[in-house]
Amino acid sequence: MSTLATTGLSSADIRPADVPALRPSGRLGDAVFANLTRLAAIVTLSLLVAIIVSLFIGAWPSIRHFGLPFLWTAEWDPVQEKFGGLVMIYGTVATSIIALLIAVPVSFGIAVFLTELSPKWLKRPLGTAIELLAAIPSIVYGMWGLLVFAPILAQYVQQPLQAVFGGVPIIGSLLSGAPVGIGILSAGIILAIMIIPFIAAVMRDVFEVTPALLKESAYGLGSTTWEVVSRVVLPYTKAGVVGGIMLGLGRALGETMAVTFVIGNFNQLDTLSLFQAANSITSALANEFAEATPGLHEASLIYLGLVLFFITLVVLSLSKLLLLQMRRSEGKET
Amino acid sequence: MARPADYRLPLHRRRKLINSIGLVLSLAAMAFGLVWLIWILWDTLILGVQGINAATFTESTPPPNGEGGGLSNAIVGSLMMVLSATAVGTPIGILAGIYLAEYGQRTWLGNTTRFINDILLSAPSIVIGLFVYTIVVATTKTYSGYAGVIALTLIVIPVVVRTTENMLQLIPNSLREAAMALGSSKRVMIMQVTLKAATAGVVTGVLLALARIAGETAPLLFTALSNQFFSLDLSAPMANLPVTIFKFALSPFSNWQQMAWAGVFLITIGVLALNIAARVLFRHKD
Repeated sequence: MSTLATTGLSSADIRPADVPALRPSGRLGDAVFANLTRLAAIVTLSLLVAIIVSLFIGAWPSIRHFGLPFLWTAEWDPVQEKFGGLVMIYGTVATSIIALLIAVPVSFGIAVFLTELSPKWLKRPLGTAIELLAAIPSIVYGMWGLLVFAPILAQYVQQPLQAVFGGVPIIGSLLSGAPVGIGILSAGIILAIMIIPFIAAVMRDVFEVTPALLKESAYGLGSTTWEVVSRVVLPYTKAGVVGGIMLGLGRALGETMAVTFVIGNFNQLDTLSLFQAANSITSALANEFAEATPGLHEASLIYLGLVLFFITLVVLSLSKLLLLQMRRSEGKET
Repeated sequence: MARPADYRLPLHRRRKLINSIGLVLSLAAMAFGLVWLIWILWDTLILGVQGINAATFTESTPPPNGEGGGLSNAIVGSLMMVLSATAVGTPIGILAGIYLAEYGQRTWLGNTTRFINDILLSAPSIVIGLFVYTIVVATTKTYSGYAGVIALTLIVIPVVVRTTENMLQLIPNSLREAAMALGSSKRVMIMQVTLKAATAGVVTGVLLALARIAGETAPLLFTALSNQFFSLDLSAPMANLPVTIFKFALSPFSNWQQMAWAGVFLITIGVLALNIAARVLFRHKD
């Protein structure tokens, strides 16, 4: 640690007086600085604990009153103070699943294009464009989704589908709902557009760490590009790819504005229709929290927030662990 | 005599076909991704420019169904809160980043903080808003600009920690050893050698953090709330662009909706400009 202090000389003794040098700092300054950085790290670390503890305290009246059945009770009645989170939890999970169903194949295609197909001069601008898509604030997606996308979805997808399948028993009920293009499906699509760049960026990064030697060996044996991607690159980067998908899932679960605009904020679960207005945890919080009466209503909303935080925490931790595992195995083989 | 390849011809054809289908699909995926980007930007540009005029920057938000008016209170409120949050969050983030890269690389505290920080980076921002509500708004009994600043600060910190640590790790160890060999203490080595060499990267991180919080709506909904009037008082509810856009876009009044497009346009341009600036700055350094 202290290089010169052990020799009994201070740096001022050694350097000629006329040569400007680094200002020596004492041990005290060093220790203060080191502890300051450590303190900042501890502050960051304790944030997570503080969030969990404060949410738990805020939600306590509701946790005590409703207990775990809160999670599978569908009733949400602020007037009679009866609360259950099933509708919102269903909305959050259903929209995220739809988003993943769309986003995963598309992101995979983008990553393949960027790593294997794209001419070199296009790689950078296209990669940047995808990253810029990730930077656009979610409120832009939400507002665009409500005012531009939903009417188009209603006119060109929902109404034709309803006209064709309206009478068919099961499919018909999956498509019922007011023809305004709002609900689980549009929220899922908008979410998909939002998370594609996140997943694609991670996939591209992990695809790029596949050793050229492996790929060239496969090409040398006569593999096609697709075979190299699906049988060499994908198995090699499996953990990283899943990590990237989990990262996107974490984003989708916790996204507020993109969902709130287009999901319809309807607290009942009458049908499982894709076009039925519904609700998610985040949009319930965004719409109701500021007006909620202190007491059971507010506590129940915080309970929902706690549930959301817990789910995303698990998903994001898994994602992080998978990406770490990928990096570790990569270190072993090189 | 049949050539050996002949009996494999169907297989060969099938493999080529699968290959072409796969590659065409990946091309389509790329196009699919770009279409949304162009479509959204195009609408924002066209509808946003229509909504913008001089009054947007000089007048406050109008009452429901009112004529005229602008977004000046929301723009000023957003600027104040975003800049304060960056000013508070940046030093904490840089210090924590320095700890991770220079002091705690292999310690328990370093590894745990790194892990938690990456989770905070993607944690739902509305939960950050809830957290600040329970510790600040509920105790002071009032929505305030300060609460909004705290919520945004909590979003800035993980972004700055992440980039600072990454940038410091890019600095070759020989620079550190050289500084130590010249007799500098570790603090001087960090402040005058490694941090200085990583300046462009760290500034990039701060710009990205700015861009991230400029459009954040969820954490402000129940911290800063909103304010119909012009106010510079951080201890009172404060107008800000994202929440104003949220309110106006969902309203049935066409004047409000048009203003929401103007607001979305301003935010999008600002965020994209910050992102591009960050990229140019960092690439320049390479």
